[in-house]
Amino acid sequence: MFLEVGSEGSSRRRMTPVQVYLPIADLPVNIFVVFAMGIAVGFISGMFGIGGGFLMTPLLIFLGISPAVAVATVSSHIAASSFSGAITYWRRKALDLSLAAMLLIGGIAGTAAGVWLFTYLRALGQLDLTISLSYVLLLGSVGGLMVAEGVRAIIRSRHGKPVELRRPGSHTWFHGLPFKLRFKQSRIYVSSIPVVTIGFIMGFIGAIMGIGGGFLLVPMLIYFLRVPTNVVIGTSMVLTLVTMATATVLHSITNHLVDVILALILMVGGVMGAQFGARAGQKMRGERLRLMLGVLVLAVGVRFAVDLVMTPDDFYSIRQLEGAQ
Amino acid sequence: MRRRPLAILGAALTLLTTAAPAAAERLVSSLSSHRVLITPSFTGTELVLFGTVERDAASVARRGSYDIVATVSGPRETLVVRRKERMFGIWANADSRTFVEVPSYLAVLSTRPAEEIAPIDLLRRLQIGLRRTLLPQRIGPDTADVVRDDPFRNAFLRLKLSHDLYVDAPNAVTFLTPILFRATIPLPAGAPIGNYEVDLKLFADGALITRGGDAFEIVKFGFEQFVAGAALNHGLLYGLATALMALLTGWLASVVFRRD
Repeated sequence: MFLEVGSEGSSRRRMTPVQVYLPIADLPVNIFVVFAMGIAVGFISGMFGIGGGFLMTPLLIFLGISPAVAVATVSSHIAASSFSGAITYWRRKALDLSLAAMLLIGGIAGTAAGVWLFTYLRALGQLDLTISLSYVLLLGSVGGLMVAEGVRAIIRSRHGKPVELRRPGSHTWFHGLPFKLRFKQSRIYVSSIPVVTIGFIMGFIGAIMGIGGGFLLVPMLIYFLRVPTNVVIGTSMVLTLVTMATATVLHSITNHLVDVILALILMVGGVMGAQFGARAGQKMRGERLRLMLGVLVLAVGVRFAVDLVMTPDDFYSIRQLEGAQ
Repeated sequence: MRRRPLAILGAALTLLTTAAPAAAERLVSSLSSHRVLITPSFTGTELVLFGTVERDAASVARRGSYDIVATVSGPRETLVVRRKERMFGIWANADSRTFVEVPSYLAVLSTRPAEEIAPIDLLRRLQIGLRRTLLPQRIGPDTADVVRDDPFRNAFLRLKLSHDLYVDAPNAVTFLTPILFRATIPLPAGAPIGNYEVDLKLFADGALITRGGDAFEIVKFGFEQFVAGAALNHGLLYGLATALMALLTGWLASVVFRRD
């Protein structure tokens, strides 16, 4: 009689093979839903030349995966998609390795600092709010700027004026800083202080928010360091690749929250989607592409803001005491 | 760990007070499985509890029928319930309560609503039913259970019920014959791993006759166990392997989709 019950149960379980139990996130997910998310985000990331973490992390949270596991796991997904992208740009010789190396000095330090703060906030119980607030502030402001810039660029091109991205000869205050270095591939001569600082900021927010930060790094490199557009995406991908691979290892050591099964499904879908996205992106005009990316970034920021401002359905939430074990 | 002597003392006390007069009936029970394995296809399961009431020559004739209350409790955990409040225009977690060492899973299965089985003070004393289970909260340096209609306590129960981790099933135990009973214990996919205790209480004519018990465990098995164990015990290797897997996937994609 007991045996009968057992076999009945296992046959029902065999009928739903699309559900996969995630060993670290501790919940079953539909494998096709996660795979489709990987492809969709990969498509967008390939199209705009970004990692797509700012979309993937919120999607995973929406799926019911705890923010901490989502942030830690997405880092490995971004590492995969940016490595695939970096190889493509490497073949075209469209990346500046010496600039990437300089950014990485700051990037790895920033990642370590970010993972440390992540662990600390988790113990404090304020990680979720921090993640939400950072999304609102960062994506809202950057997205807003990108949309404004994109609209202005399109209006300018409508009036027949050329789109100016790089204003050669215009110097800002940090061009007077010491430790100047010449980056041959990018044809720039700048102080290493802003380069390392940008790397640090990217590593730091990447580790906390589970984003590669390509959408942030690319404009930073263009506007502050005057890196030419043809090498900027490849260079940013090298930085993203190394910081995110580092974040994966550090999150695994400190918080044990990287779900390898979830990561694998996401990255296989992601790299496939990225290939199709890259082809779609090449057919589009640059300023239109930037405007679309701006709208997307802004939309995610607004989505988080709405959640914070709207009266919640349930005022109460329950969570296992972090770091209790 | 500090709770254990208290729990043993409590169990001994209840045995002394309740088991003494009723040496007549005995509860014999078993579960369909004593070990639930979490495999990659795990989406929750059900365990079947079978049992019988054994009577002997000394058994007193009962006026009414027997009633069973089965309480299944999972491993203890410490949880925080947070309440959102509007601060500077945004909803943020403000007030919070910590529930100390409460059951992560709790199912109360019975033949009929507990209030019909026994008087309310006996139910309270035996902690039968979700509303009467002790849920100690940390209040300052002390831990104590608060009044029953505390909003945090209600929210805790409501959230646990909505996640199917707390189950209130007043008709889940059925008697197949006057002495043979059966119940189904639903275990959701989110049921935490660890040891689960099944506590059985036999009632007749509004009094507790005898108690019985069983236990089972939920464990991660095979691949799941390997991955979870590696993540926890070999974080560095696990992280390096995951990062390497990411690089390999990225490299493969660039080879497979290469166009030139």
